[in-house]
Amino acid sequence: MFVYLVRRIVNYIILTVIASCLAYVLASLSLNPTAKYLGRNPPVDPHSLQNILNKFGVNPDVPLIERLWHWFSGVLHGDFGLAINSEPISRVIWERAGISLQLLLIGSIIGAVLGVVLGVWGAVRQYKASDSIVTYLSYIVFSTPTFVIAIFLMIAATALNRAIGHQLITFTGQYSAGISGGFFTQFGDRAAHLLLPTIVLVLTSAASYSRYQRNVMLDVLGADYIRTARAKGRTRGAALIRHGVRVALIPMSTFFAYSFGTLVAGASMLEIVFSWHGMGELLLTSINTSDINAVAGSTLFTAVLILCSSTLSEVLYAALDPRVRS
Amino acid sequence: MSLSETLLAEEPDAALEPELTPAEQGRRKPLSRGGLIWRRLRSTPRFWVGVGLFAFLVAWAYLGPLVYPYGPDDRDIYNMGMGPTMMHWFGTDSIGMDIYAQTISGLQKSLVIGLVAGPLSTLIAAIVGSVAGYLGGIVDKSIAWVIDLLLVLPSFFLLVLLSPIFTQLSWVFLTLFLSIFSWMIMAQVVRSQTRSLKNREFVKAARFMGMSTPQIIAKHIIPNIASLLIIDATLGVAAMILSETSLSFFGFGVKPPAVSLGTLLSDGTGAALTRPWLFVFPAAVLIVLLFAISLIGDAFRDAVDPTSGANRG
Repeated sequence: MFVYLVRRIVNYIILTVIASCLAYVLASLSLNPTAKYLGRNPPVDPHSLQNILNKFGVNPDVPLIERLWHWFSGVLHGDFGLAINSEPISRVIWERAGISLQLLLIGSIIGAVLGVVLGVWGAVRQYKASDSIVTYLSYIVFSTPTFVIAIFLMIAATALNRAIGHQLITFTGQYSAGISGGFFTQFGDRAAHLLLPTIVLVLTSAASYSRYQRNVMLDVLGADYIRTARAKGRTRGAALIRHGVRVALIPMSTFFAYSFGTLVAGASMLEIVFSWHGMGELLLTSINTSDINAVAGSTLFTAVLILCSSTLSEVLYAALDPRVRS
Repeated sequence: MSLSETLLAEEPDAALEPELTPAEQGRRKPLSRGGLIWRRLRSTPRFWVGVGLFAFLVAWAYLGPLVYPYGPDDRDIYNMGMGPTMMHWFGTDSIGMDIYAQTISGLQKSLVIGLVAGPLSTLIAAIVGSVAGYLGGIVDKSIAWVIDLLLVLPSFFLLVLLSPIFTQLSWVFLTLFLSIFSWMIMAQVVRSQTRSLKNREFVKAARFMGMSTPQIIAKHIIPNIASLLIIDATLGVAAMILSETSLSFFGFGVKPPAVSLGTLLSDGTGAALTRPWLFVFPAAVLIVLLFAISLIGDAFRDAVDPTSGANRG
């Protein structure tokens, strides 16, 4: 197991290095950072233009391979280059990762718990009306793009605010600008801003978790050890909880670990719609501003996150399920 | 996986076969696998709901414009920013474009993109996966490694990154790029299926009879995973429409003057709170379309593999 894990991690590190270099090359080829400075009035002096481009390490006159090497050796020393506003990318990433985490953590945990409960409930009450209602609802959520759910909720929130004549739910940014007050005012303000994005996350993640959990649970319900537990006198509920749900949660936990990595990429839409300045937003805006260093840095961050979470999900699986440990 | 086991089973479980009427039992002949799947599919209400909705949307997309006076490019300068009326069924936007006509035009574009990109990505997955699984060795290793590499970078990010290139071209290239970045997971499934098929007797026999590798893959491997591929292609249509919509919504996909459901939603978002018809109608059409496709794909998956999804028990 240990050797296997080490080999796996080495392979992942190589993959990350190549993937982020690839992202850098792709970004350098498709983005044109010079365009921002050309065509200005008065025109930018060519000499200072060269200086600016060299400062960011994006001068198109320098061969691409040399720029790549410069960027990569910087990354090895923890220097991710400068963003377009001259802030170091590493600091930008830390700040924004924290914001993304605030946005994602609560919603994805509630969503996972709700999904598990709904999945177990659906499996136990298979074919009943409640099961098919949950199934159809999850199909509808699947068929709705995240941003559409978000905007529908915004319409509803605006209608609600108007109906009660008071700004109860706010949904732009992380907190109200210039708010002052004690801890509770601050906290309440942040909670009000978190409400809608969290609902969206809960809906989308509960939809997928409930489908997955229902399938796993149905597998478990047919297993012999459930019948054994019933035969030795356990009540139906105890057999389901102690022997059914606990086993069915093993694949779920690995699924959760894995999807948390990919969630950050998927949450970019949520961040844009609700104007949160997180990691996903960084990537999309940096492409619009032709910020090559920010694109490469955020892609590297995402790749590392995905690889960490898939390693974590493998380790978790081995730790929880004795059958794969050997 | 239970999925692969069922797909590879020679004969489906007798208990899973549908009940036969006495008349049917009289002229009973061995049921082919395709016949069995069709029989199960036919008795799934979800399948018919999905097919009905989808057929309605396709018919609407192509017949709808015939009976409606406004085209997607027409401007009615006397009725700008109007809500739904008898004249403009879905209302008009701030420059007098008719939303009903635009929604139909966007629906056509989204349908074409989905129906081309979904099957295309399945095709890539089938070819890459079966070649890797069948040849094994260094080819398999390198293909598996490329798949891993592409999975590390989220495909949405890759598409956004490449969007400066393909938005200058046309939406046809968007369709191609969508399928180029979405075959990886299916290719892994095909690869593992092929690896187990490769050592089956009928494949060995074909090999010893001197069939070439491409022939074996085309005649023996692909037909044996056909049902899996059809499911993937169906669900792929929905996935591709979803990706296209999201990309266009954020300005990385279809660019004006071309219209898709994504660009319509993107245009309507700003006014979603004040003039909801700009957003709600295209959004509703999109949701119904994706819902219909997922019902079809899911019913098909249950018919192929009764031990998965809603049909089992």
